Order: sequence, then C-alpha cells, then structure tokens
Amino acid sequence: MAQASPSTSNLLLRLWRNEDSRGVIIQIITMVVLFTLIAAIARNVVINLAEVGKEFSFGFLNWPAAYDIGFSPFIEYTNQSSHLRAAVVGLLNTLLVAVCGCALASVLGFTLGIMRLSRNWLVSKIAYVFVEFMRNVPVLIHILAFYALVVTLLPPVKKAIDVGAGAFFLSNRGFYTPSPIFEPGAAIVGFAIILAIILAVGFRRWAKQVQDRTGKAYPIFWISATIIITLPGIAFVATGMPLSWDIPVLKGFNFKGGMAIKPEFLALWLALSYYTACFIAEIVRAGILAVSHGQTEAAHALGLQNNRTLQLIIIPQALRVIVPPLCSQYLNLTKNSSLAIAIGYMDITATLGGISLMQTGKEMETMIIVMGVYLVISLTISSFMNWFNQRIKLTER
Amino acid sequence: MRLKSTLIASAVVMAMGVVSGAQAGTLEDVQARGVLRCVVSTGIAGFAQPDANGVWGGFDVDFCRATAVAVLGDASKIEAVTSTGKTRFTKLNAGEGDVLWRNTTVTFSRDVGVKLRFHGINYYDGQGFMVKKSLGISSAKELDGASVCIQTGTTTELNLADYFSSNGMKYEPVTIETNDEARQNYEANRCDVYTTDASGLASTRSALPDPDAHMVLPEIISKEPLGPATRHGDDQWSDIVTWVLNATITAEELGVTSANVDQQKGSNNPEVRRLLGVDGSQGSELGLSNDWAYQIIKQVGNYGEIFERNIGVNTPLGIARGLNALWTDGGLIYSPPFR
Repeated sequence: MAQASPSTSNLLLRLWRNEDSRGVIIQIITMVVLFTLIAAIARNVVINLAEVGKEFSFGFLNWPAAYDIGFSPFIEYTNQSSHLRAAVVGLLNTLLVAVCGCALASVLGFTLGIMRLSRNWLVSKIAYVFVEFMRNVPVLIHILAFYALVVTLLPPVKKAIDVGAGAFFLSNRGFYTPSPIFEPGAAIVGFAIILAIILAVGFRRWAKQVQDRTGKAYPIFWISATIIITLPGIAFVATGMPLSWDIPVLKGFNFKGGMAIKPEFLALWLALSYYTACFIAEIVRAGILAVSHGQTEAAHALGLQNNRTLQLIIIPQALRVIVPPLCSQYLNLTKNSSLAIAIGYMDITATLGGISLMQTGKEMETMIIVMGVYLVISLTISSFMNWFNQRIKLTER
Repeated sequence: MRLKSTLIASAVVMAMGVVSGAQAGTLEDVQARGVLRCVVSTGIAGFAQPDANGVWGGFDVDFCRATAVAVLGDASKIEAVTSTGKTRFTKLNAGEGDVLWRNTTVTFSRDVGVKLRFHGINYYDGQGFMVKKSLGISSAKELDGASVCIQTGTTTELNLADYFSSNGMKYEPVTIETNDEARQNYEANRCDVYTTDASGLASTRSALPDPDAHMVLPEIISKEPLGPATRHGDDQWSDIVTWVLNATITAEELGVTSANVDQQKGSNNPEVRRLLGVDGSQGSELGLSNDWAYQIIKQVGNYGEIFERNIGVNTPLGIARGLNALWTDGGLIYSPPFR
C-alpha cells in the first residue's frame, strides 16, 4: 500500500477524478460491502444455529401438526394432518381474506371516491370525514376495535338474532347462513351457467364487431344479463330443482349445519377493506380530477350523453392514473392481512409462522417459508396489475 | 444521498446481525450488566404481574428474584422480559432473556427439539377446563360441540386436540395470544370454555368480576410440570438455576424461613450449615458468593413462603398445596440433598 508506485496512484487518482469511472468504483465498493454484509449475516445465522445445536431442515413439514384449526373452509384438516397441510390451510385463509378484501375495498373505495367528488355538500362531507378518520388510525387498531365490537356487541349464540326466515342467524360466534346441498342434476345447471357465460361473451364480441362496421349499437348489458339468467333458470326448472339448503340449527353449544362466517374473518375482512378503501377513494378522486374538464366538454360537443362520456372518455383516462397506485394498495392489504394473528384468524402467519414455529422450534425455516409465500403472492398481484396497466394504457401512435 | 442511506441501512443490519453473538458465560454477562433478565408471561395474576407501581411480582417472578439474589445479591435487580406463549423460547434462545421463569411445561420436544435446558419443576400442574356455572354441565365429557378458548403456542393446545379426538368429540378452537385476551373472549361468550393449566384457571377465575359464577371442571387432562429453562451451552448457568430452585425447596424442608434464617445460621444441623454457607464452599463452587442461599431465603423466602404469599389459600387464587406440597407432606416437591 505505502509503497505503491507513483504511476499506479496517479492512475487511481485519475480514475477517481473522472465522473464516470468514479461512479463505477463506488458501485463496485457498494456491492462488495453489501455482499460481505449478507455473507456475514448468513454465517452468523449458521454459527448461532450450530451453537444451540439446531439443524436447518424442512423435514418437519411432514410431521403431524397435532393442533386443531378452527377455520378451514376449503380443505379437510384434522390434528393428524401434517404441518405442511396446516400451512396450506393458512395460505388459503390468507388468500381468502386478501381476495375478499381487495374486492370489497375496490367497491367501497370507488364509491367513496365518487362521493367525495359529488356536488352534494352532505354526501361529499360524509365521505371526506369517513376517509380522513379511517385512514389516519392504524389498521391494527381498526382490526382489534372491530373484533371487540363484534364479540361484545353481538349477542351470545344462545340468543342469536334471527335475521331472516329462521335460516340466517347473527351472533358473536359468527353469521350463520344455510349452505347449498347439490343433488344429482346440479351438474347440468352448472354446465348451463358456463354455457350462458360463453354465449354472452361471444355475443359481446359479435356486437362490438357489428358496431365497428356499421355503427349500430346493441344494448349489450341487458341482452347478456338475460342470457345468463334465463338459460340456467330453464335448466334448473327442467332438472327438477336439484338443490336444497342445509339450514343451521342451534344444538347444544353451537349451531349445527349451514355455513358460518366467523367473527375473526368478519373483523379482519371488514377492517382491512374499509381502511384500504379510504386510500383507494383518494386515488380514484385524484384519477378522475386528473382528466381535464375540456375532455368532458369535447365529448358533449360530439353529442355523447353523460353516462357515455363517463364510460368512454373519463374512466379510461382516469384508470391510467388510478391503476399503478391501486396496485400498491392491493399489495398493502394482502400484507396487512398478516395482522390476523392479533385476533386469532388462522392465516399462514398464525399457522405455519405461529403455532408450527412454536411446536417445532424451527424459527428460521418457518419464517423463510412465510416470507417466501408473501413474496410470491405480492409478485403475482404486481405482475397482474402490470399486465392490466399495459392493457389500459393510452395507445400512442 | 441514496448511496449514503444504503450504507447506513447496511451498517444497521450488520449491527443487528452481530448482536446475538455471545452465548456462554451468562453469569459473567449478568454480573457485568448488573441486572438479571427473566422471560416471564405478559401477566397472570399470582404468577407474574406488575403491580400499580409497575413492580413485577408473583410466584414465577419471586423465583426470578431468587436467581437475581444468588447472582447479584439483590432481589430488586431484575428486568421482566414479557413474552407470549409463542415468543418465549425465541426470546430466550435469541439471548433477550437470561433465564425463563414462565409457567412453562417441560416436554421432550422442548428439551430436545427447541434445545432448551430444564432445571426441575417448581409447580406441578395439569390442564383443566373452566365454564360458566349457568351452562349446567359437570364434566368435560359433556363439551361436545363447544367453542374453546385456547392460548396459541402452548402444550395445552395439543392436549386439547388429543383429548377431544380421543373422546370422539368436536369443538371449535378460538385461538388467542394472551391470558387477558382469553378472559375477554370468555367473558363475552365468544367461547363456552377456557382451557389452560389449572393454576392459570384459578388465576383467571380470581380476576373475573364474579368468580363464583364460574367453575373449574373436575377433569385434569394432562401432566403439566412447570419449570425454569435456560439455553443450551452454558453448564455453569444451568447449575445455578437448578440449585436456586433446590435451595428454596431444601430450605422449606429444613424449616428455614426468611424469619428465622439468621437464627438458623447457628444451627447444629450440618445440612442447614452447608445450605446457608456457614460450612463448606458450595457457593464458590457455583461461582457465587458463599452466602447465596442465605440471601435467597433472607430476601425472598423458601418455597413454601413463595407459594403461600403469591398463590396460596389465603390469596385470591386460593390454591391448596396439593401435588406441590413437600414430599414429606405427601406432595411431589423434592430436592436432591445439599451435600
């Protein structure tokens, strides 16, 4: 170092003074430091695990889980199932709340956003107060408060409120509804539904082509709706109504039969939805305001009616502004769903990242899996939204 | 600017990665720090709970204090590292706590799989069920179809699954994180039954607005030997925790209490003299001062005193000694001799 020849140090100095090469040098140094850090952390983990005598392996996934999960609507699970199956139950529960949450948040968010823009003073102020109040309180507080509300305000199961015809009940153990029982012949009705949808899509294509060629516009919505309702309806009656309902009945401690929407799910779903909806509302409002008023005037000048203007001019342009931030809201909602653990909703953080971790002592392995799962879910949402964004992008010529 | 923040972030990450390094030499670490960090629960009346001034007390906390007396000579030099059932072993193994005194069941998988070292039993417990008397049931066998509140990450969760499936019964598990949450859910009728160790049930019941409206069912469905734990890899520290517990038990057996300990120093009984450090060098062999056990009895008390003060029949919990009586009184509490 000290004995470096004058020409070498001169070269280094020259490289350093050159802006381009200096950039490269700094990048190289940064990368080296970064990788050294990562290596140091990995090494630290390995050494610490070895020191407490823990083996790094994923074999525990095949051990019987030995615990019960209260909410597994999609797949069969018993306490003899494996930790892997418990993880899958958790993953499905995460996806359920994420999908339901994104759907409800979008509907609510768009509604609130449009309410905010309303010329009606009361409507716009209600939306304003709601949005400002909800989005400025942490989502965990919303979840806990909502859960406490559901559990303490709703009556216990023995005094469940009959909210509809002796078949729908509301209690602090959930919202009980009848569940459908499919009898032979139901498959034909299912087939009819699929056929009707295919027909409706085909009709839509055809109608668009006709419109492009001749300018004649069909009432696409009404005709599609008629197809989708009547065709399965006819099939249903023709096959002798192959559907009955399993009605929940209070027996012993709880309702038996039917379906139950558990308070844990309800609290998490609604809290996440209205919290995220407030952000979406602002995004929607910004998107609509971003389309200049001149566009509306131009459309009116062309003779388009108000709803057609909205449909054909405003919304397509607003969407370009709305979709990218909307995507990050969907990501937020999905990741926030891991707060489920606070109220005992059995998502993947609670099953694999919670009970399995505790019962097997495999902190590192379970956490790596849980992180990987969230990463995959998030990247999937991202790429879908990117694809959607690409599709609705303004076509530039 | 971006580069700068990247570097700062990296430095922080590196610092975090390096912190959890040192493992052995817990005794030196604690003495250098001047305070003993005990992993305790987030709050179970009688076992570990802060009072109005934020000072921790309770059965488990007193054993933590006894350990602090042995190591630091002062019962007040403790720090409570609170943990839920789920985080306790991670906190211990990551070095956030020095020792775990947290009504923790000793099991094979925890000893071997989670890599803990257990040091005897300070409370013999078993899992029970608490229900409202108004339900009109008298046995756990009648619980088919019930909703059961259960703390997640505990052995009770597994016992519950076993008990219901071996009796051919179904139930809805309502999983919660802490004892307080369980009580709220139980009070709001979200669940019909609360299940945990019988000691925990007694504690929870005592904290309910009307304890007499609730009952603990007669079935005890598991063995829950509760005891202290430490990390693997520090034998000296393990010995200290083991013999702190044994010292309190032996003191009770020998009739040494906090009230008469000064008097007992003059005893003719050689085992009393060894225990209190009058004869022999047992303290220094452990790496402690020779009057470590004397100080424990003096400052905290013997096993019986700790029990009666926190959870005994004259407390709101009202737990009888039962299995936790000395072996000489027909219980299971037994210490190897101080010899």
